[in-house]
Amino acid sequence: MKSIDQANREGLRRIIDGEPVLVDVVAARDAIPQLADHVILHAGPPIEWERMCGPMRGAVMGIAVFEGWAKDLDDAASQAAAGSFAFHPNHHHGAVGPMAGMTTASQPLFVVENRTFGNHAYCTINEGLGKVLRYGGNDAEVLGRLRWIRDVLGPALGRALRECGGISLKPLIARGLTMGDEMHQRNVACSSLLLRQLAPALARTCKTSEDLAAVLDFLGRNDQFFLNVAMAMGKALTDPARNIEACSVVTAMSRNGTDFGIRVSGTGDRWFTASVEMPVGLYFPGFSARDANPDIGDSAIVETIGLGAFAMAAAPAVVGYLGAGRASEAATFTRSMAEIVAGHNPAWTIPGLDFAGVPTGIDIRLVVETQLAPTINTGIAHREPGVGQVGAGVVKAPLKCFEDALVAFAETMDLG
Amino acid sequence: MCPDEAQNRVEPNALLTAAPRVVNVGLELFAADLASQGAKVVHVHWSPPAGGDARLADLLAKLQS
Repeated sequence: MKSIDQANREGLRRIIDGEPVLVDVVAARDAIPQLADHVILHAGPPIEWERMCGPMRGAVMGIAVFEGWAKDLDDAASQAAAGSFAFHPNHHHGAVGPMAGMTTASQPLFVVENRTFGNHAYCTINEGLGKVLRYGGNDAEVLGRLRWIRDVLGPALGRALRECGGISLKPLIARGLTMGDEMHQRNVACSSLLLRQLAPALARTCKTSEDLAAVLDFLGRNDQFFLNVAMAMGKALTDPARNIEACSVVTAMSRNGTDFGIRVSGTGDRWFTASVEMPVGLYFPGFSARDANPDIGDSAIVETIGLGAFAMAAAPAVVGYLGAGRASEAATFTRSMAEIVAGHNPAWTIPGLDFAGVPTGIDIRLVVETQLAPTINTGIAHREPGVGQVGAGVVKAPLKCFEDALVAFAETMDLG
Repeated sequence: MCPDEAQNRVEPNALLTAAPRVVNVGLELFAADLASQGAKVVHVHWSPPAGGDARLADLLAKLQS
């Protein structure tokens, strides 16, 4: 019988050996054939309308109007309550989405190809900060921006990516780590590096100079633009590590604003869930913890591959933004997460830790043994639909997910 | 004091005469209290496997390979 340590080395190898390339932007219906009308993919483990939190409901209402399935937000809410929409997790369709994580037929999706294993993963395009759909915003400004992303930005990015033959993400991430990004709540460097590589192809393929100017302006003002690329990359890297017998490495961590869920390689695609925690962080002027929704989004896929809070030592500036302590404490997060992983990624190193690789491959055994819950950097959504982002902070994954997973994992090994 | 007594006198152990130097294992509160009183203290994070949950600790022991 294969040992757990052997299986975990294989799981880690598959995550680390992936070669992710951002190859295209396509309409979601072309990438995911199951995305028929009235089908909505969301962040986190499975959930129905009745248990959805405020920002998830706000996003559902907004996207239903955007897709033309409802005449207004009230109509969308009524239809949702009446069961007119089919809800499925992004993770069940090779996709991920930040915060509410709405993925529907007409939205453009980033396509990341894992050239080592031949699989693809998808994520929507980042809308910027503040009042945006993924945080539950759904007014005319939000929906107008989504239409522009669908009609102008998405097609422009797709043409540029096809023209330049794709952008290899592994070296780009490696460079971003040396420039102060952790790829979850700080993407300044990687967004800039991506724009630098894309700009010539955008200039060659944009249909009008006005479109080109608008695209460059949007990318230049959005420090978090790269987050969605990093998320699609995370999904593309972790999917090949699914379903390895005897492997106790986590292949997904995700939240729908009500439940936190994890998947573990050796237990297949089963979700292990628990109530989500409340982030601890800093709030934008005029907001406080009383306004905050609990943890939400598929974005914890970046921690699953060793970035985000796991790579905090690379990004001391983000510690202050998140209200997570002093910049000098950044390395503490990374060192702590190193205690619960199967290994390190030699391709992604941190200068401040003498170029140690980021801790990668969360082992549920180590989480349960040490009671060290994975830390996740996150944005904070307002608890009510329609408001948007109100802050940013850090949050812990609930230990119950890992404890339940350990019990089920032991049963797969006939050790329960 | 006679000469014999002087020869046989045992010097107090330095542990009792010098300022305490402490390695604290487990509960961090003890380390914090000592540090607040100026003592040199190194804290070692430790807790029982699985936070002391016997069932999970037993499973972990079976899954160590």
